[in-house]
Amino acid sequence: MGKALAVGRWIFRGTSPCQTILRLLVTTALVLGVFAVVLLALGKDPWQAYGDIIRQNLLNPRGLTELLVKMSPLLLTAVAVALPFKVGLINIGGEGQFFLGAWLGTWAALTFAGLPRALLLPLVLLMGAVGGALWGVIPGLLRAKGWVNETISTLLLNYVAPLIVGYFVFGPWRSPETAMYPQTVPFPPGARLPSFGDTRVHAGLLISLLVLFLYWFFVSKTKWGLKWRATGNNPGAARRLGLPVSRYLVLALVVGGGVAGLAGIAEVVAIHGRLKLAISPGYGYMGFLVNWLSGGNPVGIVIMAFTVALIAAGGFTLQITQRVPYAAVNILLALILFVVLAKPWQRRKG
Amino acid sequence: MHKSQTEGGPVVALRGITKRFPGVVANDHVSFSVYPGEVHALLGENGAGKSTLVKILYGFYLPDSGEIFVRGRRVRFRSPHDARRDEIGMVFQEFTLIPALTVLENIALFLPRLPAVLNPRKIARRIEQASHRYGLELDPETPVWQLSIGQRQRVELMKLLLAGSRILILDEPTKVLAPHEVEGLFSVMARLKGDGYSIVFISHKLREVLACSDRITVMRRGKVAGSLSRDEATEERLISLMFGTQPPGEVRLEGPPPPPETTPVLELKNVSTRASGMATPLRGVDLVVRSGEIVGVAGVAGNGQKELGDVVLGIQRCSEGRKLILGKDATGWSPAQVREAGVAFIPEDPLAMAAAPGLTVLENMALGAIDRYARWGGLVMEWPQVEQDLTSALSRLELPPLPSRVPIRTLSGGSQQRMVIARELSRDCRLVVAFYPTRGLDVLSANSVRRYLVAAREAGKGVLLISEDLGELFSLSDRLAVMYRGQVVGEFAPADTTLEAVGRLMTGAVVHG
Repeated sequence: MGKALAVGRWIFRGTSPCQTILRLLVTTALVLGVFAVVLLALGKDPWQAYGDIIRQNLLNPRGLTELLVKMSPLLLTAVAVALPFKVGLINIGGEGQFFLGAWLGTWAALTFAGLPRALLLPLVLLMGAVGGALWGVIPGLLRAKGWVNETISTLLLNYVAPLIVGYFVFGPWRSPETAMYPQTVPFPPGARLPSFGDTRVHAGLLISLLVLFLYWFFVSKTKWGLKWRATGNNPGAARRLGLPVSRYLVLALVVGGGVAGLAGIAEVVAIHGRLKLAISPGYGYMGFLVNWLSGGNPVGIVIMAFTVALIAAGGFTLQITQRVPYAAVNILLALILFVVLAKPWQRRKG
Repeated sequence: MHKSQTEGGPVVALRGITKRFPGVVANDHVSFSVYPGEVHALLGENGAGKSTLVKILYGFYLPDSGEIFVRGRRVRFRSPHDARRDEIGMVFQEFTLIPALTVLENIALFLPRLPAVLNPRKIARRIEQASHRYGLELDPETPVWQLSIGQRQRVELMKLLLAGSRILILDEPTKVLAPHEVEGLFSVMARLKGDGYSIVFISHKLREVLACSDRITVMRRGKVAGSLSRDEATEERLISLMFGTQPPGEVRLEGPPPPPETTPVLELKNVSTRASGMATPLRGVDLVVRSGEIVGVAGVAGNGQKELGDVVLGIQRCSEGRKLILGKDATGWSPAQVREAGVAFIPEDPLAMAAAPGLTVLENMALGAIDRYARWGGLVMEWPQVEQDLTSALSRLELPPLPSRVPIRTLSGGSQQRMVIARELSRDCRLVVAFYPTRGLDVLSANSVRRYLVAAREAGKGVLLISEDLGELFSLSDRLAVMYRGQVVGEFAPADTTLEAVGRLMTGAVVHG
């Protein structure tokens, strides 16, 4: 027992690459082990379940491309959390910003449907970002004034945004042709993002990677990134050094919201081709998870977006092959978050 | 409760303690002992290894090698819990109280055998008894957030006493105290000593150590430089042990103050601020700082000095009165405008007030004048230029270079302050606001701060020096203003007054506000 503890301590306190890899393996095994117990409790065979997930998502070309499809919005919603966090803000509003971006982008697509593609598509994407930014400016201003904590306001606004989308797809924008479903008419071809070959992987992935690169460059290279990081690290000192801290608080949520809004509209114009309520299986919240797992590191965001995409896809697999409720996947996501946030090896210095 | 002691021997002995951290040997074969009924001072500069040594004694760190004996028995402390079982208790520099709870509740939380149902009256009685016996006045029912820093320290001490600690470690307890509170602490220590308690007292202030200890162990660069009894110790001997052969010279002003007709760099005219929370608002403050002079502001902490500094820097607005910087009305200026106009700021605690802890030394250095280092419209920063400015500023101050690519929070307090000074030195400024700039610094670092202030004065800059160290104020100020309850209650040339007179004004003995 004592020896096992010592080995555990060695693995979890160390910083060498060997220890880091061991640590990842141990935590992964831990998470999979606990989830196996959940599966057993549901009367399923864990080996079979994990085998299904790997076969259908990692060893199957179509499954792999679907992971890339899921990664595109996740990269963006992760940046939407990571950027405000650099100035010390916790943006849980990715989901609402995602929906509002989809909504305002849709407005542009329906209103200016006659424009040529070269004008229409950029306009639609831009309006998507503006929509998300609108959903960031509200909590940003409230926070900068010192009235409402952004964690609360962004979270609450998540419940409002789908209601707005719901009003429009059930009401003014409802398509007369498919009146059975609450959704808009299909977008004109000029407002659609192209896909690669016959997969569903779309140009949005390139946009996501570009945004991720810009995020990295902005934060670590530019003078504004330096100012933002200083603000997040010590707002009091930043204020004494003459930095306009309140302005950064608003700006960070505006830009973060805009990025999440871009994710929303990109998902609509690339995958669905029309606005409806079922456009997000929780991409906003998953983006939050991705950022937290990766600590805001760009490479980490890519790796963790892939991991979370795999888990989400795995959830669908289990639903179909094992008839496990999709909600069980939330248990798995929560377990991962729990293990990572409880990381004992990153305890503060004594 | 009081176990029998090995007669005549030390109650605690550390032998050959060695502790390494990445890159440094914090303790190098250190031996140290404490006898019952003794105050044993650990003296040394910041980073000399004092804190590490007592943290080892308290079970916070495990030593790499060496032995610990308690009452002649060899022990191995894996955690502070083990140390507390052997009646060792420690008051940390950062307090561990819960502000929302009362004094009594905070103390009860710490008791080793807390019953499931509390008997508050019994605990309150014990608190009162100990209060009387040792002069630790405390009201058990007061919530901790209402207490001053000095009172909170008493609660920490009371916790240890009621939990049965007989060996008390006080880590720089005087750092947070006003001068008169230090006296109070010393008399408490004397009474505890009389009851057979052993006290390890950490400080880097010679006078305090000489005032309260029976034995003094001086540490330098992780080693014991010498151990003296109170009778053998003199200031000169301690200084030579602390610094080796060359003691740092005291910094003083030279040359006359500027003539009164010199243009003021800072003028406060009848400035008041609005009361908010527990802060002391300013009430009708008039203050002038001319170029080429140092104006000292004396006062017991919490009498409006923080508000004064914040008003000058533009962090806090004046509710009444006007503020002029270089003759221009700056009453409504933002902090950025104030800085732009040439105001530099040396804080009390650089990590809390003037630096971003997680950013590197270089990044923090760049924060002082970001636009000077920005290239391509701000898309990239010219880091070599930042590095060069840092190096040249440090060498102008005759200070050793700093590691530039590590997070600044990993440096010692003195090194952090050196970065701040280098940062402010490398930009043009007309007014320096120094806010307790030497608090918590070792003598060498403190003197480098003082030399910077004197150099700024000689270069024709105005300096506003807010400090609690009366010795520092007397040797550095051209003029000295005394603050009490948000007002300036007196203004002197240091030569025309005495420490006692200023001390009386600071404590409100003359003016009734």
